[in-house]
Amino acid sequence: MHARATPAAATGKFSVPHLSWRFAAVWRRMFLVWQKLAVPSMLGNLADPMIYMLGFGYGLGKLLPEVGGVRYIVFLAAGTVCFSTMNSATFEALYSSFSRMHVQRSWDAMLNAPLALEDVVLGECAWSASKSFLSGLAILLVAAALGLLDSWLALWVLPLIPVIGFTFSALGLVVTALSPSFDFFMYYFTLFITPMAMLSGVFFPIDQLPAAIQTLSYVLPLTHATLLVRPLILGEIPANIALHLAVLIAYGAVAFYAALVLFRRRLLS
Amino acid sequence: MLSVRGLRKSYGAQEVLAGVDFSLRRGECFGLLGPNGAGKTTTLRLALGLISPDAGEISVLGEPVPARGREARMRIGVVPQMDNLDPDFTVVENLLVYGRYFGISDSVLRSRIPGLVEFAGLAGRAESPIATLSGGMKRRLTLARALVNDPDVVFMDEPTTGLDPQARHLIWERLRQLTGQGKTILLTTHFMEEAERLCKRLVIMDRGRIIAEGAPRDLVRHHIERHVLEVHGDGVEAWAERDGRRLASRIERAGDTIFCYTTDEAPLLASVEREPELRYLHRPANLEDVFLKLTGRELRD
Repeated sequence: MHARATPAAATGKFSVPHLSWRFAAVWRRMFLVWQKLAVPSMLGNLADPMIYMLGFGYGLGKLLPEVGGVRYIVFLAAGTVCFSTMNSATFEALYSSFSRMHVQRSWDAMLNAPLALEDVVLGECAWSASKSFLSGLAILLVAAALGLLDSWLALWVLPLIPVIGFTFSALGLVVTALSPSFDFFMYYFTLFITPMAMLSGVFFPIDQLPAAIQTLSYVLPLTHATLLVRPLILGEIPANIALHLAVLIAYGAVAFYAALVLFRRRLLS
Repeated sequence: MLSVRGLRKSYGAQEVLAGVDFSLRRGECFGLLGPNGAGKTTTLRLALGLISPDAGEISVLGEPVPARGREARMRIGVVPQMDNLDPDFTVVENLLVYGRYFGISDSVLRSRIPGLVEFAGLAGRAESPIATLSGGMKRRLTLARALVNDPDVVFMDEPTTGLDPQARHLIWERLRQLTGQGKTILLTTHFMEEAERLCKRLVIMDRGRIIAEGAPRDLVRHHIERHVLEVHGDGVEAWAERDGRRLASRIERAGDTIFCYTTDEAPLLASVEREPELRYLHRPANLEDVFLKLTGRELRD
């Protein structure tokens, strides 16, 4: 029984990912850890965005006439759902995933067991998306409790959050796959995440931006997230739903594949 | 059980494996010895199907690897060189979570875990967090974790590195228990004493090639003289030139010690006894002497 080795089939860097339900074992591992640390983890995820939303929403909001046709706190709540989902997914996919891969070597253990790298990366991505769901959901609940939501349409935000979370998890994993150390992540935040937050209609409407920058803004994934979430929070049906969803999913899918190729290069060569 | 033929692997211009062949028989402990950089860990990673060879064939438990590496890994246990237990979990949780990676149901795992905890000698520590375990305990737990899927073959990459003698002996005892149960073990180590005690057969690798192969005792018998005198002290150089070189069949220098290898030790012993300035150690030759003879004494970093 000495079959000729077929290298490309097993670990070719660019081969098509074979996704399977085996990733669930990876997800459950994260969930078990999270159950132990749920309270501090939730507080950390929630307190920050909440403070900014309430502080700016009410404080700054008092100085402003309506923004985008509504009270500023309502406008900001929609942005904060997206922003908080993105941040939570990004932090998990950068710092926590890197720690599991590089510091704790948990990935090595998984790969020695019969899990493929696809299973591990998909498990990480799904887990980051799950955590970000809690962050987005919490902002939504606070907004509801403050009476900022007028319409049941806002419930449609719930299935959107994991899509947004998955997109930013996958983007984060690309950075993790390239990163030599934790310090590297600062570049991603200062060069990509923070500028994007300013250009994607989280804190103020995109039409406040110069025309050229508005064009750039429509290339960014976070813009498409806010264009879906804000109308729903305001009780309207978003325009171009399919387009925005397609952009988010395309970013997520391409980033997932890119991350997988980079992880293969890093870990399996 | 496991066989590799003509295995080659290069990284850029560096040839890590330059044609390696060996095969394991059921129920034996087989050693893979070699200095750092000899290609031991690369061989293990290839046999697990984690990386692909440039040339050669690998078969593990009848599965062609890497093509069906995942299927092969279902029946392999791995004790990695670096501990990678989950620090967030207790002893039991580590076993449970790892077992799930094999797709084993929780009910089967729950019934298997007490025996594994017992095997690891951690019966009183089942609910302890990993951070509270000693190095030896962690190593034993890693070994128990490698058995969670009841594997047919267990890969061990330097399982006793960094352990004190007590902990090391306990690991050795466990490994013998495993081969006693019919499990096959592929062991990499650079402790010759460990290889000599545990391995039925072994290969010595250097620079990506196998340079010797056989049972430890046969290797010692075939490759080296029976006696070794390690001599040091003032005037050892002069003594070596005058008597050592003449009376020993072979001498080697390492720092200020002269190693004299001989089949007839009496004249050498008489000679060093006449030199009050010299100190010496007389001992039977062992696998380490074979290893150093074959791979040289210079450092491999």
